[in-house]
Formats: sequence, C-alpha cells, structure tokens
Amino acid sequence: MEGLSKRRRVLDGVRRGALWLSAGLTCAVLALIIGCVLWQGLRHVTWELLSGRRSYLNDTNGILPNILNTLYIIILSLALALPLGVGAAVYLTEYARGGRWVAAIEFAAETLSGLPSILFGLVGMLFFVRLLGFGTGTLAGGLTLVVMILPVVMRTTQESLKAVPQSYREGALGLGAGQWRMVRTVVLPNAADGIVNGCILAVGRIVGESAALLFTAGAAAGLGGFFRALHAPSATLSVSLYVYVNEYGDMDTAMAIAAVLMVITLLINLAAGWTGRRLKKRKGGR
Amino acid sequence: MEAVLRTRALSLWYGSAQALKGVSLDVPENRVTALIGPSGCGKSTFLKTLDRMTEVIPGVRVEGEILYRGRNIFDAAVDVTTLRRQVGMVFQKPNPFPMSIYDNVAYGPRTHGIRRHGELDAIVEKSLRQAAIWDEVKDRLKRSALSLSGGQQQRICIARALAVEPDVLLMDEATSALDPISTSKIEELIAQLRQRYTIVIVTHNMQQAVRVSDQCAFFLQGELVEAGDTQAVFSAPRDPRTENYITGRFG
Repeated sequence: MEGLSKRRRVLDGVRRGALWLSAGLTCAVLALIIGCVLWQGLRHVTWELLSGRRSYLNDTNGILPNILNTLYIIILSLALALPLGVGAAVYLTEYARGGRWVAAIEFAAETLSGLPSILFGLVGMLFFVRLLGFGTGTLAGGLTLVVMILPVVMRTTQESLKAVPQSYREGALGLGAGQWRMVRTVVLPNAADGIVNGCILAVGRIVGESAALLFTAGAAAGLGGFFRALHAPSATLSVSLYVYVNEYGDMDTAMAIAAVLMVITLLINLAAGWTGRRLKKRKGGR
Repeated sequence: MEAVLRTRALSLWYGSAQALKGVSLDVPENRVTALIGPSGCGKSTFLKTLDRMTEVIPGVRVEGEILYRGRNIFDAAVDVTTLRRQVGMVFQKPNPFPMSIYDNVAYGPRTHGIRRHGELDAIVEKSLRQAAIWDEVKDRLKRSALSLSGGQQQRICIARALAVEPDVLLMDEATSALDPISTSKIEELIAQLRQRYTIVIVTHNMQQAVRVSDQCAFFLQGELVEAGDTQAVFSAPRDPRTENYITGRFG
C-alpha cells in the first residue's frame, strides 16, 4: 500500500510539473511576442505617425488613413454581417423545422469559417471588384469580409441561442406569447452576451485580416473620407503592415503598426469583457 | 356539472412511439383534477396537449379532439396564443424568466397588450396576492426573480400564470422540485385557487392527489385506465391495475 501511494505521489509530482511547464512555456511565448512588439513598436509610435499620412511629396509618414480604413471596414462589415448573421441564426434555431436542411447550412457555415482567408480575397476580387465593378476599396473589401465573418457571427449566435434554457421558451409560449415575442423578449436578451462576443470575435478577425483585403480593399491609402474610400484603394492597418515591410522595407513603421494593432486588440478584448459583464448584470433584472 | 375541457379519443405520437392511446376525459369546472400514474405513462404529455404545448416538439402527431368550452382546440380557426392565455401552465421546474419579479408577472399582460403602468401594477399585485407570495416580495418587486428560493420561484410562476386571467390552470408536477414546506404552501394555494379556476395537476405523489384533488385520472402506458371521484378511486378502484398502483405494488 505504502509503495503504491509513494509511486502515486511521484507520478502526481511529474504530472504537475508537466502541466506547470506547458503553462509556463505558453505564457513565455506570449510574453515574448507582446514584449517584442511593444518594445520595438511603441518607440516609433508618434503623434505624427498616428495623425498623418504617407506622402513622398511632403516627405511625411503616417498611418491615419489606415486607421480610418480599418474603422470604415469594421463598420461596413458589421453593419451587414450582424443583422444577417443574427437573423440567420434566429431562423435556424427558433423557426426552421427541417433538421437536415438546418444541418446542411450549419455544416456549410462551419466549412466556410475554416477556409483560408486568401480564398475569400480571391473570390471577393473576382466577384465584387470585377464582376460587380465596385473597384478596390472599402466597399468590396467590406463585403468580402461580410462573407468571411458571417459564419462566425451566425455560429456564435446559434450557440448562445441554444444555451438559452428551453424552460424560458416554454414559459413564454405557455403565457400565450407568439413565437416572435418569445424570441424578442426572452431568447435574444438571454443570448445577448454571446452575440456580443461573436461580434467581438468578428471585429478581431477584421482587424487582423490582411490576405482577404489585399486584393479587394487595395494596398494604397488616401485621406478622402468614408464615401471616397468605398471605391478607392484603402489599405487597412494589417494590409499596410504588409506593405510597409514588403514594399517600403520600413521595419520601424511596421513595428509601430504592429504595436497599434496589438493595443487595439487589447482594447477590443477589454470592451468585450466589460460588455459581457454588463449584459449579465442587466439580465438579473433591473 | 359542466366540463370545461373534454378530450375525445385523444391519441398522440412522438415520431412512431405512441404516447397517448385514445384518451377520453372530462375536466369539470372549478374542480381539481389530478392525473396520476407511473413515469412515462403519458400524464404529462396529456397535460401539455391540453394547451397545445406538445406542438413545439418536432415530430409530434395528434389524433382525436380536445374541446375547450365546446370548441375543438385543434381547429384551424383557433388562435393558439389565445388558447394558451385561457389555459395557463405551471411547469415542473420553476422557470421564472431572468428578469425582475415585477417583469415576470407583468410578462403575460404585456404580451396581451396591457401597457398602462397603473393597470399593470394592479394586475401584478393581485396576481401575487392570489399566489400567496405578495407579502414576501412586495418590497423587492424590482429584484431578480432568480434571487428567490425554489418554492417562492414556483409561486412567482403561478402568479405569472394567473396574471393573464386564465380559465384553466395546468400544473405539471409543480411541487416535485420543492421542499415539503413549499409543497404544502402550494397545495394550500391550489385549494384556494379551485374556487376561481379549473385546475388540472400531474402528480407522482399519491397523498398529494388525495389531499388536493376532487377528481382523479389514472394513466398507464398511454391509456386512461380509470377516472372518477378521487375518494372513490382511492377507496374502491374499479380496475385491478389502479389498485396495484395506488397500493404501491408498482410505479
């Protein structure tokens, strides 16, 4: 008996050590990346960079257009993907009856969300840029991203809808609520934090996307306002990161952009956590 | 005595499994009818069919008739939301919405178009009083209903069901998830409510059936074996299967 328990203690120690090591390594890698980017990048983040634009004539360097383009594309894609994705999810989980049909759509969405993004870029270029004649710009880029994030929004919404207890639905229906009233007053409010989370995930993908935007939103950037950007080459931050490294060979600015991207991502995650908590609190009853 | 609900040869299938086999039962007005029987005998299914709540389950097929005050509830002309307002349901597990106590009780009236604050306040108070929980919650109507105990939550659910002024109240093992004290409170409540409502309960607890019901119906494997006056069923069951069940030989 004693031998067994000693062996167990040793094994337990080994297991614990292995777990500690993997956790430690993961943290170390993360810290290395974050530290490297912030260390190399933040030094080059200046107000001039953030508020100006790159111009050979004026000899200035700046990423304001790229920041704005990122914003435009986020707004455009979410404005379309959110209602579409949530609507599709509500339809599939609350209304649709045909199990096989629903399963096929879910499978398609699953597959779509696993595709490499450059594929979306290619299709987006052929379809939105050329066939529909939108030209490269935030419109074609945003629509391409809509196609890309739609499955993400739809699937996360579906998951959070499915997590709403069936007893809430029964309660509402039992009181004579119609299907839509039940969905609006009981199901959606209880799925809201999941939906918000899906949006945040989607925004994260938009901010980080470069491959799908390179061919569709373009690699150049000007300061012409929201409407001009729709049909004019409009590089987002991630695309410009690629351009700065690959075409200008300007590593300093590239690292600065990387640092800005990292800070934005951090802010998005903080916002997500905050909204999630707030919605949870409100759920408990006013 | 007038039967408020009356089923005629009611059969129900979940896919290919038959859960109800030609059940014909009358539910008299202002009486408590208890549905008893072993698990899986169809009593809950029967109850849920009475306000068409089985419909939400995919693959359900129903045959036969349910007459509510003389009208077949499966008629195309019957609006299911109106039916469910008239025939309310309290579920096995307390299922208050994650909203305030007030919003829970006001949910039904709001659903049916009542918006004025004064009117809603009056309905909420009246319903909570009828459900014998007003005194316990009157100072915290804005608090979440989920902050209450299970027994209180169930009475909130009863108040919520009463707030739409139903005619019939269906209770699906409404006390099975509760402690003995909460259970007796709800049993007492049922005794009070029967003066104004027609009540159908499903229960696993035979003593409860004896205590609260006037009429009793014994289900077995989807069949209605025997129905009648509760005292009569329990003291002199006509069918040997009923006798076996109530004397505890199976189930």
